[in-house]
Amino acid sequence: MRGPSGSGKSTLLGLIAGVLTPDEGEVRVLGETLSGMSGARRDAIRAAHIGVIFQLFNLLPYLSLIENVALPCRFSSMRRERALAASGSIEDEARRLLARLGLDGSDILKKPVRELSVGQQQRVAAARALIGGPELIIADEPTSALDDNMRDRFIALLAEEAEARGSTLLFVSHDAALAKRFTRQIDLAEINRVQLPELM
Amino acid sequence: MQIVRLALASLFNRRFTAGLTILSVALSVMLFVGVEKVRQGARDSFERTISGTDLIVGARSSAINLVLYSVFRIGDATNNITWDSYQRVAERDDVAWTVPLSLGDSHRGFRVVGTTTEFFERYQYAGDQTLAFADGVVFSDLFDAVIGADVARELGYSVDDPIIVSHGLGDVSFTEHDDKPFRISGVLAQTGTPVDRSVHVSLEAIEAIHLGWQSGVQTPMSRMITPDQARQLNLRPNEITAFLVGMKSRVRTLQAQRDINTYRGEPLQAVIPGVALSQLWQVVGVAERALIAVSLFVVIAGLVSVLISILTSLNERRREMAILRSVGAGPRDVFWLLVSEAVLLAVLGSLLGLGLLYAGLGVAAPWINERYGVALTGLGPGLFDLYMVLGVAGAAFLLGAFPAWRAFRQSLADGLSIKL
Repeated sequence: MRGPSGSGKSTLLGLIAGVLTPDEGEVRVLGETLSGMSGARRDAIRAAHIGVIFQLFNLLPYLSLIENVALPCRFSSMRRERALAASGSIEDEARRLLARLGLDGSDILKKPVRELSVGQQQRVAAARALIGGPELIIADEPTSALDDNMRDRFIALLAEEAEARGSTLLFVSHDAALAKRFTRQIDLAEINRVQLPELM
Repeated sequence: MQIVRLALASLFNRRFTAGLTILSVALSVMLFVGVEKVRQGARDSFERTISGTDLIVGARSSAINLVLYSVFRIGDATNNITWDSYQRVAERDDVAWTVPLSLGDSHRGFRVVGTTTEFFERYQYAGDQTLAFADGVVFSDLFDAVIGADVARELGYSVDDPIIVSHGLGDVSFTEHDDKPFRISGVLAQTGTPVDRSVHVSLEAIEAIHLGWQSGVQTPMSRMITPDQARQLNLRPNEITAFLVGMKSRVRTLQAQRDINTYRGEPLQAVIPGVALSQLWQVVGVAERALIAVSLFVVIAGLVSVLISILTSLNERRREMAILRSVGAGPRDVFWLLVSEAVLLAVLGSLLGLGLLYAGLGVAAPWINERYGVALTGLGPGLFDLYMVLGVAGAAFLLGAFPAWRAFRQSLADGLSIKL
């Protein structure tokens, strides 16, 4: 998904993730109609089926690297069970995903998360979004703080992992050069039909 | 449970500021419970000042005044009572024993009590404890004195030291009974009662040092009578200040009290020590309640510091809330996260405060008992402490709901977007 800032990207992502509700119209995600559901139900659907990667500062500073990755399993029994089925224990699944994303070795896993580089933090966030195999992964400009080389590797790894588990990857960027890597692209400025009230 | 574990991890991550908040709760709880413990200890000691005595009899005034001057050695008697009246009561069939007290002189700020040797056998405190001698023996010569433990320690006196009694009750007196010095025959062990601050002599000695005095004024006659001459005289007193009464049977106490209060010879008053003590405590109780109120406010201040620490952290933690929301936490989880943080801070603070208090009491209790006679024994952890922890936790719960509600609203409005 492309779109200049102010075109409503964050609002759309909030609607899809079920943290915002539309004033009118309907939101359907993975076959579920979110609009009209209770907040708690939407929270449960997000926990079980959606992984989110932010642009920056994805990690809770008071949890270890492994605990950060395992965080969604605290809120969804479905993702906990899938993680257990994949590796036997949640920590092992977190370790496996981190290793797949190039973060292994006990010295890096023991570091406090605030000592990680931005690129490392984004990869931890990707592992968190992937754990328990959610059907939809929302990545909100996750590479804007990375240099080109790092950016390409990050996107390749993320796409590879998402494909391996059959997850949809919804990737938001204002970088048109990335478009060729995705099967489908939407320009938000073209589809956004919300009429803003005249300000002047 | 997940939320409480997250709250613990979050607090541990901010352990320096969280530690300060816990410390402020701990200090306030320590103060509050400490005041309560000392208050109880003081009250127990107070009520244990005199026991085994069924009635205290003096000139008619108020019950509190009578107890103050006869037991606590505070204030003055309004009047003396005659030896005849004392004899009338002492000779009653239902009276087991009586101990006369004659007050009015002092030694360097400590009251001098004229009494009989029976005082040391009959006076009881703290249930059934009787007076014991740390050193020396009871007075036998006319000019012997027995001093309390505080008198001995503060003035550095020991057995056989001379002691001069002053006329009147002032700290600095201009009329000394220096023509008739006393010798210390015994030092009493610490009791934690006003006995510790008294100098005891015989009733006859009080008469002897006032020989040749008229209406409280010394005449030249007084110095002409030497101590040895005094020993030869009949020194039966005409007046005493008050006396303690022990009944043969407790059942007779009320009857005897009524008879004494309606005695026609002169206006007398008999009080039951326990009744008068509890009346007196009600007067003291005002200060006690003020103290409790102040320390309660300190606890509230401690809890407000919990509130402030959470409120000030809210803005910088919006990102944390958005991350939690993104992995599936609901606004309710955010609410409980903050409430459980407040409760954790309060509970940890209370437990630390109680720990500090009991460690402190463990060190200080023997010293306080020795020095002030306030027994802080039996003040171990009790139900009160449990209620304290629960009360502080409950208050923190209510206070924490306020920032938690704000975070709840915030996380609804913020959604997944994170403001930098």
